[in-house]
Amino acid sequence: MMGAMTSGVPAIEVTGLSKAYGSQVALRGVDFTVKRGEVFGLLGPNGAGKTTCVEVLEGYRTKDSGDVRVLGRDPGARELRSQVGIVLQSCGTYPHLTVRETVEHWAALYPRPRRVDEVLALAGLDDCAARRARTLSGGQARRLDFALALVGDPELIFLDEPTTGFDPAARRAAWDVIRALRDLGKTVVLTTHYLDEAQSLADRVAILQDGLILAEGPPHSLGASRYRVAWRTPDGTSEQRFTEDPTALLHELTAEAMARGEMLEDLSVTRPSLEDVYLELTEAVA
Amino acid sequence: MTAAVPWWGAAWRQFRLERRMFWRNPTAAFFGVLLPLGLLAIFGAVFAGRDEDLDVIVPGIAGLSIMSATFTSLAYNLTTLRERGILKRLRGTPLPTSAYLAGLAGNAVANALLQLVIVILAGRFLLGVAWPQNWGAMTVFAAAGVVCFTFLGVALAHAIPNPESAPAYVNAVFLPQILIAGVFYDASEAPSIIRDIAQALPLTHLVEGLSGAMIDGESVAANAVSLLVLGLWGAVGAVLAVRGFSWEARRDQ
Repeated sequence: MMGAMTSGVPAIEVTGLSKAYGSQVALRGVDFTVKRGEVFGLLGPNGAGKTTCVEVLEGYRTKDSGDVRVLGRDPGARELRSQVGIVLQSCGTYPHLTVRETVEHWAALYPRPRRVDEVLALAGLDDCAARRARTLSGGQARRLDFALALVGDPELIFLDEPTTGFDPAARRAAWDVIRALRDLGKTVVLTTHYLDEAQSLADRVAILQDGLILAEGPPHSLGASRYRVAWRTPDGTSEQRFTEDPTALLHELTAEAMARGEMLEDLSVTRPSLEDVYLELTEAVA
Repeated sequence: MTAAVPWWGAAWRQFRLERRMFWRNPTAAFFGVLLPLGLLAIFGAVFAGRDEDLDVIVPGIAGLSIMSATFTSLAYNLTTLRERGILKRLRGTPLPTSAYLAGLAGNAVANALLQLVIVILAGRFLLGVAWPQNWGAMTVFAAAGVVCFTFLGVALAHAIPNPESAPAYVNAVFLPQILIAGVFYDASEAPSIIRDIAQALPLTHLVEGLSGAMIDGESVAANAVSLLVLGLWGAVGAVLAVRGFSWEARRDQ
């Protein structure tokens, strides 16, 4: 029954999307397309316009101008509500209900829900199904957010900064859930300001800054896979080189240094931060 | 095309959920059930044996209970639900807004009825006040009060910016009304300026209607003006409740 008419179109098509709050411009002509079944990362620093952008797609905010289609429809269309799952940035649940009761109540809101047990397992909540929501840790509460977003068996899921403020273990667990969603064939739109998150989860990313998309493509094509190798020379000046193959570069550098009988002080290998990528991109734009 | 979840089913399920949560929240259940009992006990002790005063406070506390169970609790609840983001989350589901609000309001109505029953029983068996003289008229006024204060409570929630300021807003509306509406004493002895203000307010008319029905056995027609005032306030509340509704917590920005 599910719209044969709409299944051929991209999950999301955005052209020329603009939005301002009074005199403050949040989005200034954003274009991107999300294909069915892909994990799309919307990357950017705080205040870049990520949340505004997804809230327009979720139907929470109206656009000022541009064209936005979600599963082939206007984002405000009621039919979308049973086809789209939303994990908001910070959102509470009923504190006095247990996890299972909460998921069961949400399941009943949808025409074709997934089985509650299956959803609890998928979100990694089996162990705390009987606990009241107010006793959950931050990571567990986030899993409940995931569970509520996917219990309606949506085709498209929005995750707005799903791991912000998490410890590393909770982040890994959340990533596993997102990968499980992709394996189910869901389209996932993820906003994040963590480069590594986009890198390990997203098939494609768009980098948003000051309401504009600076770059779009698979993560490795955006320079995110390049490593920065830095050290200090004996006279104290800092040196750095960028490479996609740090092993070879290190081998070369250390061999040379040893041949000269020098030390490579403060030698470090780091992935460039998102800021480095931004800087590079903004310089390129300017 | 997709089989939508039926409206009544959604509203009923929301109502059942609200009831379950009400009984699980000890403070809500405690105040919901025991506040009218406590007030009756206190005033019963103060006015012991003074039948005229007891005849004033039983319908007065019945009116107060209806207002606190609907108006006060909805204003608080909606403000908190909005701030916690629960409203925003529900807005992203297929649940119709009207079904959600019907379930939420149904919960408030159930509490109002529960408290009304407690007040009547306690008035009869603890204070020795007679059974309500005109059950039909009492039901009409109780229903009008419930509808009126439910809408006004939802409307007030829109004006409250955050949960921290909710007590100030609610009490600014609630306390003066219970003081001048004749809940605790016979308002006909109050100065005329107070009486004039009180005459414009809904609680006064709810208490008048309840008092007429419960104590004096008056018909609905005898207090038709009171019913009209409640209806007008309810209509204003309904317009404000629907127009001002917001799923989202206000941000400073």
